[in-house]
Order: sequence, then structure tokens, then C-alpha cells
Amino acid sequence: MKIISKLNVLILSTIISLSITLPGFAKVVGDKIILGAAVSLTGKYSTNGEHTKNGYNMAVKRINEMGGVKVGGKSYKFDIIYYDDESDSSRAAQLAERLIKQDGVEFMLGPYSSGLTKAIAPVTEENQIPMVEANGASRSLFTKGYKYLFAVLSAANQYLEVAIDLAVEKNGGKPVNIAMAFEQDAFSQDVRLGILDAAKRTGSKITIDDKLPKELNDMAATLAKVKATKPDVLVVSGHSKGALTAIRQISEMKVDVPMLAMTHCDASKLAKQHGSKSQYALCAAQWHKSLTYKDKFFGDGMQFDKEFTAMYGYAPPYQAAESAAALVVFKDAFERANSFDRTKVRDALAKTDMQTFYGNIKFAETGQNTAKPMVLFQVICDGDNCENKVVAPTKWASTELVHPIPKWSDR
Amino acid sequence: MDLLIFQNPILIVQASLDGILLGILFALIAYGMALQWGVMNIINIAQGELVILGGYIAYFLYISGVHPAFGIIVSPVIMYFLGVGMYKAVIYRVVDRDMFISILATFGISILAQQLMNSVFGSDVVVAQSNFGTTFLFNYMVTLPNAKIFSACISLIFAVILVGYMRYSKLGRAIRATAQNARAAKILGVDTDKVYAATFGINAAICGVAGALIAITFTLHPYVGLPYTVRSFMIVIVAGLGNLPGVALSGMGLGVFEEFSDYLFGTEFRIASVFLLLVLILVFRRFKLSRKREYLK
Repeated sequence: MKIISKLNVLILSTIISLSITLPGFAKVVGDKIILGAAVSLTGKYSTNGEHTKNGYNMAVKRINEMGGVKVGGKSYKFDIIYYDDESDSSRAAQLAERLIKQDGVEFMLGPYSSGLTKAIAPVTEENQIPMVEANGASRSLFTKGYKYLFAVLSAANQYLEVAIDLAVEKNGGKPVNIAMAFEQDAFSQDVRLGILDAAKRTGSKITIDDKLPKELNDMAATLAKVKATKPDVLVVSGHSKGALTAIRQISEMKVDVPMLAMTHCDASKLAKQHGSKSQYALCAAQWHKSLTYKDKFFGDGMQFDKEFTAMYGYAPPYQAAESAAALVVFKDAFERANSFDRTKVRDALAKTDMQTFYGNIKFAETGQNTAKPMVLFQVICDGDNCENKVVAPTKWASTELVHPIPKWSDR
Repeated sequence: MDLLIFQNPILIVQASLDGILLGILFALIAYGMALQWGVMNIINIAQGELVILGGYIAYFLYISGVHPAFGIIVSPVIMYFLGVGMYKAVIYRVVDRDMFISILATFGISILAQQLMNSVFGSDVVVAQSNFGTTFLFNYMVTLPNAKIFSACISLIFAVILVGYMRYSKLGRAIRATAQNARAAKILGVDTDKVYAATFGINAAICGVAGALIAITFTLHPYVGLPYTVRSFMIVIVAGLGNLPGVALSGMGLGVFEEFSDYLFGTEFRIASVFLLLVLILVFRRFKLSRKREYLK
């Protein structure tokens, strides 16, 4: 009997102490607002996961230094609990549960990649946790009617639409022939849908529509078809592997196309790895340092670039910039809500209409940012020294688009 | 069905040559797998990871300023010792067990290798530049990257060296004897343990060569090994064990078949059609074998 009653006391005291300590982990502790994030620090997304984390951390540091977040007349500081999702979507969903149920986090930041964001979104939605994400661009994130998901970046289908418009414009307003090769994954297929829309809008014709298997690293057949059909634009999207394979084989097979549009040029360090072979490639980016958007935390893109480089020792890819912007958006929403009530913060987020150094941010009903256009840059080389120069939209163009691309025999 | 390839007959030449060049490279990897399978009765799931590891060795030569083509010499040497080490650490414990155990063990090695490569080399996709240029045929209508031609030639040279080595060297004889009957070989004084270690090392060295070639023809990434394992597995299945000309032919045949199905049915059915062919071959084989068995009765 004695043992049992002792056991009872033990269990009771554990329960009591747990129930006391649990709220201790919750969203706001003292003067800290605790955000949760599952980011890929190991596994196949670890490089971009690192960019994401660095972007978040830099913004946290900057916002805290500049007085933090003012809610109810009191100043709060941001803090982030990170977990490593190992680039695995089921792990990411588990960690989201853990952040919410065990750590009591009430506000989340997104992971890296569309796939992982898709895994986490149902969890945050079910628990009514506002999540501002900066690295999930897949269109399918915005068609499920999520109410608590806000994406600061442009959706995947917007990535290369501009390129088709540009090709039509260069063709004297006449429709063009489009050849395209997309990897079979959520993101690339969304980019493809955008191209289909643009083709329909401009009356352009799709002459080649190849879907590259994920395990494929040889595009020779697609490129031979391109050589045979001579389209006006070649569009390729297949993450870093697709971009690097495309440039390697286009240069080796001497494929001449007037315009080559791609994604993931900067993530794959295309210009660095392929040098002048990547010249004239047109690349979609969420952000570029030469854009003239401004905010009071980071100044403009150039200043962000400089400070990020000083802090982490490498120039910020757009993944870092958009991640930093997510925190600026959160701060703004907290201050406008003037509360830590989740519903109020969610409503404030929905009403966001602001400019950050990364771009304008205004969320549509579906949670996607509709105020920011994608930018296109072209790889321009001097010898093997290549630079990305913005060519569209015209407002920020730092150089004229080179069109058509000079033939390989003339290079 | 897309008939573009028949409207442009030159594409038939392009597709065939692309397929053959690709097939020879895959056949080299498959030969390593067949060797190991035949001698040790081990299906090495980590084959693709060994290839990628070999590729990274060439890549690091490239980064440090040496031409990546030298990887075909450096990489197999390093990989040989790595292979022997791997045998001594893990494989010798499973070599006499049933195949399921060895598949599990090499599967474990493949996961470990992926994660180690990821944490050591990073998750970026990398390429090594050979700057070998391009060969043009038929008045610039057919283009063949010299890197691919180089890969195919080197693969052939290594294959010939291997065949010669297997046939004429003492170790080669011991390996063949062990493959035929390990117990009898042991009784006759062959140190089968050494033979196994050497076989595993030779396979790793073959993967090293192939990896170095892949670094200059395709792309490298810690997680991109599996397709190479699957591909070499298929080639071996089609060719059968201990049949080197068969391995080379089935490698090239699958390569050409794959290219043509890409043109005819679209890129998305490229790999599916190869698998379909594999199923057909297996069914046909079974059919043939069962007939034979009846005859033997």
C-alpha cells in the first residue's frame, strides 16, 4: 500500500510539474516571442536549409537589435526553436507536431522546399497555427483553402511566364514555338503549368513537352529533338541537377536556341560551375540584390547583400532573402494585431500590405503573395567571369536582354 | 506516339550512338556487379554509391587544379583499398549467409555512404569540366560530346584489361575457381577469403573508374547513386552472370532501347519502358527455362 501511495504521489507530482512547466515553453516567455521552424540541416536539402536558417537568424538579430516587436506597449524579442527535418517530409510533419504540442509554439516559420511545406501545412492548419513560409512555391499549397498559411514568395507557376512574354515581345508580338523539359516533381510541374498558361495566352505552340524522370541525368534525346525542331524558346526546369545537366549538354551538343529559360541557376551555382558555357541563359529568381525595394531593417537589396556576406561569408541566394523577409512580415503583423492571440495575428497577416527589401508583400485569400513579380536575369560573362544581370521586369533591368543567343559557332 | 525520329532519319543515328556510348559506360558498372554476384553471391546495393564516391574523387582532383580525367587512374586505386576495407569491416561477415542478409548489409552501407558523402561533400550538385569539346558527324547533323566518347573508350579499355586479368593472372584464376566452387577451391589451397577481398576491391575500383567518367559526363550528387545500382542490376539480369560479352551487349542494347523509347513514347516513359522490357525478358526466360526442365525430365 505504502509503495502504491508513494507511486501515486510521484505520478501526481509529475503531472502537476509538467502542467506547470508546459506553458513555460509556450509562444511568449517573458519578453520573448518564440517561433518554431523545422529546417533541413542534413539530407539532400541541407545547403538550402542552411540558407533558410541563416536568413531567419539574420532577421531575428536585426529586428531584436532595432527594438524588437512592440505589442501592448511592451517590447518583445524574437527567438526561434529549430529542429532538423533531415529533408524528409514525414519527419517534418512530426516535428511540426512536436513544436506545437510539446514546445507549445503558436507561430511557425516555413521549412525549405515545396514538398516539406506541403507536409507541414496540414499540421499547422489543423492546430490553427499561423505559418509564414518563404520557401514553398508549389501552386498546390494555395489551392487547398489553407487559412493559416502565408507565403512571401511568388508561386511556382509564375517563375517563367515572363520569359514567354519576353520571347513573344522579341518576336514582334507574334506567337512563338516553345520546347520544354521539366522534371516530374511538384515544383517543376507547376512551372510547366505556368508555361502552358502563357502559351495559351499568347497563342504560342508547344513543340516539345518532355517530362524528365527524377533519376535521369541525361537530356541528350530532348536536346537532339530541340536541334531537329528549332523552337524559339527552350524552357528547362529540374532543380540544380536539371540546370547543370542542361547547360553541360547544350554546350557539348552545340544546341542553338534563340532563348534558353531556366530555374535554379543560382542554387546550382551555374555560372561558377560552368563558366562561360552558361552565358546567355535566362534564369528566374524570386529576388535579386539590384532590386530597389526598401525597408527600415535591411535598407535595400545591396545593403542586405553586403551585410549577409559579412555575417556568413557568402553572398545571399534568394532563399536567404525571402526567409529574412518572413520575419519582417511577422513583426509587422504582431504589431498591427497588437496581441498574441493566434486568430488576431492570423487576421493581421491576411491584411498585410507592405514593402520589404525583398519586395512588396500582400497576401491573396489563398495565402500567396501577389504583390511581387518574379525577376529574370541573364548570365553575362566576361571570359569565365560571369555575372547575373537583371533583364526583366524592365523597371529593374540593368542590361539589355541579349536576344537571340549567338550561335555556338560564333562564340 | 511521336514519329519525329522517322521524319528526321539523322535522329536515328544520333539516338543509336548516344545509346551505345551510354550503354558501354553502364556495362562497365554492371560488369563489376556481375563479378561480385558471381563470385561472392552478393548483390551490392551500394554499387551506385561506390560509383558516386569515385566520381567525387575525380571532382576533388578537378577542384585542386588537376584535370578530372586523371581520376580514372587515381580513383580506382583509392577505391580498391576502400573496397577491401569495406570487405574486412562488413562483407566478410555476410558472405556465406543467404542473399537476403547481404542485400540488407549492402543496403545499410549505401545509406551510410549517402549520408557520409552528404555531410563531407555537401548536398550541392557538382560537375567537373573536361573541356574535351565535341565531335561532329554528317555535316554537323550529329553531335557527340567527346567526353562521352572518352568514357566509352576508357570503359572498353578497362573491360579488356579485366578480362585479360581474369583469364591469365594467378588471382584471376583463383577468382574464377572460387566462383565455380568455393569449397573445392578452398580444398585445393585457394585462400578464398583473400579472393573475396580482392573481388570486392576490384569491383570498387571499377566503380571508381566509372565514377570518374560520370563526373565529366554527367552530374554528381550524394543521393544520385541508386539509378546506377538499378541500371547495372538490370543489365546483369538481362545478360546473366559470368558472361562479359553479354553484359556489354545488354548494356548497349538497353541504352539504345532507352533512347528510342524516349523519342517514340516521350521522356516520361523512358525508364518505364526499360522496366517493361525487363519484365518481358524475365517472363520469356522463365518460359524458356520451364520448357528446358521438361525436356530434361
